[in-house]
Amino acid sequence: MSRVYTLVKTADAEATPAIERNSVFVYEAPVRTWHWVNAILIVVLIVSGYLIGSPPPTLSGEASAHYQMGYIRFGHFAAAQLFIVASLYRVYWAFVGNEHARQLFYVPFWKRWYWYEALYELSWYLFIVDKPKKWVGHNPLANLAMVVLFTFLSLFMIVTGGALYAQGAGNDTLWMTIFGWVFVIWPNSQEVHTLHHVGMWVMVIFIVLHVYAAIREDIMSRQTMLSAIVTGDRYFRD
Amino acid sequence: MAAAETFYDVIRRQGITRRSFTKFCSLTAASLGLGAGGPAAIAHALETKPRLPVIWMHGLECTCCSESFIRSAHPLAKDVILSMISLDYDDTIMAAAGHQADAILTETREKHAGNYVLAVEGNPPLNEDGMYCIDGGRPFVEKLREMAAGAKFVVAWGSCASWGCVQAAKPNPTHAVPIDKVILDKPIIKIPGCPPIAEVMTGVLSYILTFDQLPELDRQGRPKMFYSQRIHDKCYRRPHFDAGQFVESWDDEGARKGYCLYKMGCKGPTTYNACSTVRWNNGVSFPIQSGHGCIGCSENAFWDQGPFYDRLTNIPYFPVEANADVVGGTAAAIVAGAVAIHAGVTAIRSTIKSGEKTEA
Repeated sequence: MSRVYTLVKTADAEATPAIERNSVFVYEAPVRTWHWVNAILIVVLIVSGYLIGSPPPTLSGEASAHYQMGYIRFGHFAAAQLFIVASLYRVYWAFVGNEHARQLFYVPFWKRWYWYEALYELSWYLFIVDKPKKWVGHNPLANLAMVVLFTFLSLFMIVTGGALYAQGAGNDTLWMTIFGWVFVIWPNSQEVHTLHHVGMWVMVIFIVLHVYAAIREDIMSRQTMLSAIVTGDRYFRD
Repeated sequence: MAAAETFYDVIRRQGITRRSFTKFCSLTAASLGLGAGGPAAIAHALETKPRLPVIWMHGLECTCCSESFIRSAHPLAKDVILSMISLDYDDTIMAAAGHQADAILTETREKHAGNYVLAVEGNPPLNEDGMYCIDGGRPFVEKLREMAAGAKFVVAWGSCASWGCVQAAKPNPTHAVPIDKVILDKPIIKIPGCPPIAEVMTGVLSYILTFDQLPELDRQGRPKMFYSQRIHDKCYRRPHFDAGQFVESWDDEGARKGYCLYKMGCKGPTTYNACSTVRWNNGVSFPIQSGHGCIGCSENAFWDQGPFYDRLTNIPYFPVEANADVVGGTAAAIVAGAVAIHAGVTAIRSTIKSGEKTEA
């Protein structure tokens, strides 16, 4: 976890004069790429997943003339498999990337200062304190929200979704070997469908909070958010 | 109780001559490619192997499993009962009653200890020491434990014995449990369904009889040969599902044309059973073919995955009856509303603040 930083960059090899800079490099290119690819995949997954639960109005004519549900399901499954690959890649990058790449998977749960700072952030959101602190990566409260609402949720969706996909793939497939244990917990897969669907709504809630917090902090706090996930550099104002 | 009849006895009883019998053994051995001793070995086995004694008990149930069983066409139920197995006890259809019937249980337990099949229809309720199901003056659960102790295999007929079914649905006042919660030390095969398909029931018995072992079971204890695929995987209406052609309401155009019943709450996509391939009543039809969605009767706790007629079912363990869209949509709307209010408060506060600054 990054504490509050004072940011000074020294002269580089080309002897550019040393200047005091107010930016810091946070999000490496693989993390940024993953973020936007994932954003697209999740939108596709939510739309196609919703349509699987509540399909569009019935089509008339010969069955052989259409493949509507087939395409919707293909979109969902294809996006889901890319989502799994992207998630595995992101886990890999947590090992080889910089310290901010690890924030998605870790909360300093046992550190007293962490909870103090999280509480401070909460008071900022509740209009109790006037100024937020400067954080290079996610602030402590955002860190908690990310791990619980995004990382755990993603894992839950991958596991339940993988199990449901395994049923279609068949009993003797690798999918069933990997995800079949889900049906030991929930033997009736209708229940797994329902929980997977609830997970979709939790993801919608996450997106609402995530986008709002990013835009608001970009305007209100003293650091950039939106440009940071595009260029990787976070600027600190004032 | 009849003396343990061998298969040879049964064959002779049905009017087949000794000559035909030996010809059958030779032909079978030849077609299986067995050596010179083959015919004699087959004849010896048929002459000495007794019919499989089966004890069929009834706990909390509705007898729909028995009703289904007697309608088996391949093999015919009468052939199963009269020629293949030795159904020594089944209180619903046997001639004996009362003490006579109970005596058969004791006799089988002693005479065929470790060698009989215990078939259980229904399940034991455990509340009040099992007093909610009394059989012959004693709690059914006691009898069940007693008979299971000497059984070679245990067959769980139907969803009652396999999962608990309707009497185990919430709130389950009698604390009815599937039999594998009571019988812990015997191989159990589950044949779920409410009722199970007749040919699946007789097919499993034929398998046990032929190979003297249980067929390969899946993770949930069901025979893979009948429960490996979902209704939806082999449904003849599946092309309409893939095309996006659904029945939207009962008796609409789609219903008349036989479109997919997915939107009417068909549980085919989540139900493992052989209905869409084996079908019912000698292959005449099955629920979806008759225009009604599958209710998922062979699945664990299917009563608690309602409603039967909605694709999106209620969230289990949630105090209010509501599906994922209602709960999730409401929660998302509340969060979005809270965010809007928060944004509004933020805007007002910043306006006031900047106003203070310019004044200063």
